[in-house]
Amino acid sequence: MPTPLSEIWVYLAAQPLLGLTLTLVAYQVAQAIHRRARYSPLANPVAIAVAMLVTLLTLTHTSYRTYFEGAQFVHFMLGPATVALAMPLYDQRRTLQRLLWPLLVALGVGVATALVSVVVIARLLGASRETILSLAPKSVTAPVAMGISEKIGGYPSLTAVVVVLTGIFGAIVAKPVLDALRLRDVVARGFAIGVAAHGIGTARAFQVSEEMGAFAGLAMGLSALLTALVAPALVPPLVGWMGVR
Amino acid sequence: MIGALATLLGFQLAGEVIAFGLHLPIPGPVLGMAMLLGYLAVDAGAAARLRDTSAGVLKHLSLLFVPAGVGIMQHAGRIGAEWLPITVALAASSVLSIAATAATIAWFKRRLDAQDADAAQ
Repeated sequence: MPTPLSEIWVYLAAQPLLGLTLTLVAYQVAQAIHRRARYSPLANPVAIAVAMLVTLLTLTHTSYRTYFEGAQFVHFMLGPATVALAMPLYDQRRTLQRLLWPLLVALGVGVATALVSVVVIARLLGASRETILSLAPKSVTAPVAMGISEKIGGYPSLTAVVVVLTGIFGAIVAKPVLDALRLRDVVARGFAIGVAAHGIGTARAFQVSEEMGAFAGLAMGLSALLTALVAPALVPPLVGWMGVR
Repeated sequence: MIGALATLLGFQLAGEVIAFGLHLPIPGPVLGMAMLLGYLAVDAGAAARLRDTSAGVLKHLSLLFVPAGVGIMQHAGRIGAEWLPITVALAASSVLSIAATAATIAWFKRRLDAQDADAAQ
């Protein structure tokens, strides 16, 4: 008699193979849907893949920890991918030299706006202290944001989730927001997406053009750097000043 | 490809070691990226060797965020209880920072272009 399907699932769920395969397959399917939707930002492949995986794991009563045993191999690649962003930057070195100061000032403006506005708005709407601290580094790429969150007293795993949500939202709204403000410059658009929506925004920018992607990648790297430097000094006092205990 | 991957991991490793060893608040991979950029500036041949592999990794950057995103199932309770401040703060803050960043660059670029036009006359 063949082994029942549920037992096969239990056997497979105990090893990394299943989580890894499911992640890649879900992403392939999400990519296909994204293509069918003619690359509409609304059909964001990360959002679709996450929704499919959460549904499947919930229906099969599989824990996130079990899933992550396999998915960690994909998660791990965030590190080398961050290093690889040096390549598109190297290709844009001329523009980078010409616009160095404007980009650095814009970086400061963007990072300060992202940090302060999310803390103030979340506080005004009654979020708890741990939630506010977990939300603060939301615009920064996942591994860095998790480190910042831990340092200032948030929940790193909640931060990972809000980082992905922010990236998806930023990738969707960047075009309408920038169009409405009549900001058409490719460098400004790419850089803004990278500051506000890290790697998911950068992936979106690369779909538009190499140049936009390169500046989004630059912004993502620099904002990770700057946020890591200023958030621990800025966020806890701001939260305290707003009277959150 | 293996050589290129080893180079990327090597720079990440160097970044992690330096950041940890010197207690820098900078994340290791970001430091690794900065060091690789400096290295490419002195060894142009390295760019040719790394190009295909880094393009391949960056082409599927979105995929790498999927495992962290699935973590939403661990926080269903908190997100359910605080969904309003979380969603509104994320959305409004993202729109504000996109607009502020792009507007700053556009303002500088208009000034730079005007200077270039003056210089050309």
